[in-house]
Amino acid sequence: MYWQKEYETMPREQLKDLQVERLKQTVQRVYDYVPFYRNSFDNAGIKPGDINSLDDLQKLPFTTKQDLRDNYPFGLFAVPMDKVVRIHASSGTTGKPTVVGYTQEDITNWSDLMARALVMAGGTTSDVVQNAYGYGLFTGGMGVHYGAERLGATVVPISGGNTSRQIMLMRDFGTTILTCTPSYALFLGEEIINAGIDPRDLKLKAGIFGAEPWSERMRAQLEAKLNIMALDIYGLSEVMGPGVSMECPEKNGMHIFEDHFIAEIIDPETAKPLPYGEPGELVLTSLTKQALPIIRYRTRDITVLREDKCGCGRTFVRMQRVTGRTDDMLIIRGVNVFPSQIESVLLEFGDTEPHYLLVVDRKGTLDDLEIWVEISDKFFSDKVRALEDLEKRLKARILSVLGISARIKLVEPRTIPRSEGKAKRVMDKREI
Amino acid sequence: MKVKQISVFLENKSGRLAQVTRVLGDNNINIRALSIADTTDFGILRLIVNNPDSAYRVLKEAGFTVSTTDVIAVEVKDDPGGLAKVLEILQNVHINIEYLYAFLQKATNAALVVFRVEQLDEAIKVLQENNVSILEGSKVYSL
Ligand SMILES: [Zn+2]
Repeated sequence: MYWQKEYETMPREQLKDLQVERLKQTVQRVYDYVPFYRNSFDNAGIKPGDINSLDDLQKLPFTTKQDLRDNYPFGLFAVPMDKVVRIHASSGTTGKPTVVGYTQEDITNWSDLMARALVMAGGTTSDVVQNAYGYGLFTGGMGVHYGAERLGATVVPISGGNTSRQIMLMRDFGTTILTCTPSYALFLGEEIINAGIDPRDLKLKAGIFGAEPWSERMRAQLEAKLNIMALDIYGLSEVMGPGVSMECPEKNGMHIFEDHFIAEIIDPETAKPLPYGEPGELVLTSLTKQALPIIRYRTRDITVLREDKCGCGRTFVRMQRVTGRTDDMLIIRGVNVFPSQIESVLLEFGDTEPHYLLVVDRKGTLDDLEIWVEISDKFFSDKVRALEDLEKRLKARILSVLGISARIKLVEPRTIPRSEGKAKRVMDKREI
Repeated sequence: MKVKQISVFLENKSGRLAQVTRVLGDNNINIRALSIADTTDFGILRLIVNNPDSAYRVLKEAGFTVSTTDVIAVEVKDDPGGLAKVLEILQNVHINIEYLYAFLQKATNAALVVFRVEQLDEAIKVLQENNVSILEGSKVYSL
């Protein structure tokens, strides 16, 4: 089953023609309406008219998260604000979030892509979609929600958390499709069993899980515990949100919706394009976005693209599970965390040379973050109360900057391992 | 009238206290009094030593987080209510005691109580007015 069969199964030659046509429009539009792109194209000596094929894409400069930050909040928008109907944002490394915007047409396209994703998981108008992605500035909640409505399914906008209520509604409403992070799904699965409910008595048939890395081992666990088909979804707010690519029931990689995005793989060191089949950094160009078109966005995600035919009949290339990052970003409980965010908080507190370590573990099914902070003279006090107060204030500030809670552990100087003078910032003990 | 106290941050793991005493011992520094305040995660070791300046330096060099704090050492008579009387004097003028700990003088067997207060000068003044015996730093170091 397909949502938009014409596009999803379009012969590749025809698809490439469509991409070129849409790319040319996008390049012309950003050149005309976004000063940042005009300057960067001018600096590279490129005019929109120079872009006439997919290979020409390589002439264009990359866009990075830093570019979005530098143009905070709306500097990269290609339409006037009266055309923007929605804003989303993701947490930034230094307090300022990365802001993205959508026109009505963008929302419609995004909804269609999410409807495609739901249909891949077997969704129809008679399904009940329990959406346990967080609603708010994060794109996950609203993205899935609009897709489910577009499809005509019944959406339960429960958002994340409150597990006992999730289970109650799942049973009472006859939820058939669950959407959330894979770690939360695993947690739900265990709580369902702990509540004495046999998952086979539930109507759940499929789960669409994303926003954090997971593995085949977790898929096997999720499918067994929840008695469902568990599928992977990919997206990032800078490019759109969830629904950039989605796994089909063949479970052999996520189809990138290439009528809306061009995917490239580059060597993260040299930035040179790599052929299909080689692992590298995923670079995405939007083809239909109106409010925030994006050219050659460096996702920092490491994956492999495959072009061979898929059993589902879709002609879109597939990306394998994201296997890592080219930067030090961590995803903890579905939230992007950069060690530099911790550093900025410690600097804010007056620690001039912060030494810290993020210790990430999975306690049961949920991610656990402990932050070790080497106690500097500046922070030290002979009073227990003062140190406990410091821990409390750090914890509160980190919660507000990261959006997730962490335990703070004060440690003695030189406790945190250093190699060649450079401190190690992350100890990720999760086995996923 | 002030006594320099050395405070050291200790993680709650075995051997750390021994490590501090070893560093001090290796440098011929004698411990006069010692107290530990701890939580589940960490402890703060407070020391009165014969040579606070060099104790600070050698512990720092050994990689510990160290600070010095001025405290007062009060001689408390070995009779019932001796400590209560001192506490009362401070309480009457609303001087808040952060913490205190006691140790015995070898020569006289009298108890010495170390007080950590925010308003140090005020505390010294009021205690002296009430004829409480406060020991000089130099005297405490050489006990
Ligand atoms: Zn497929």
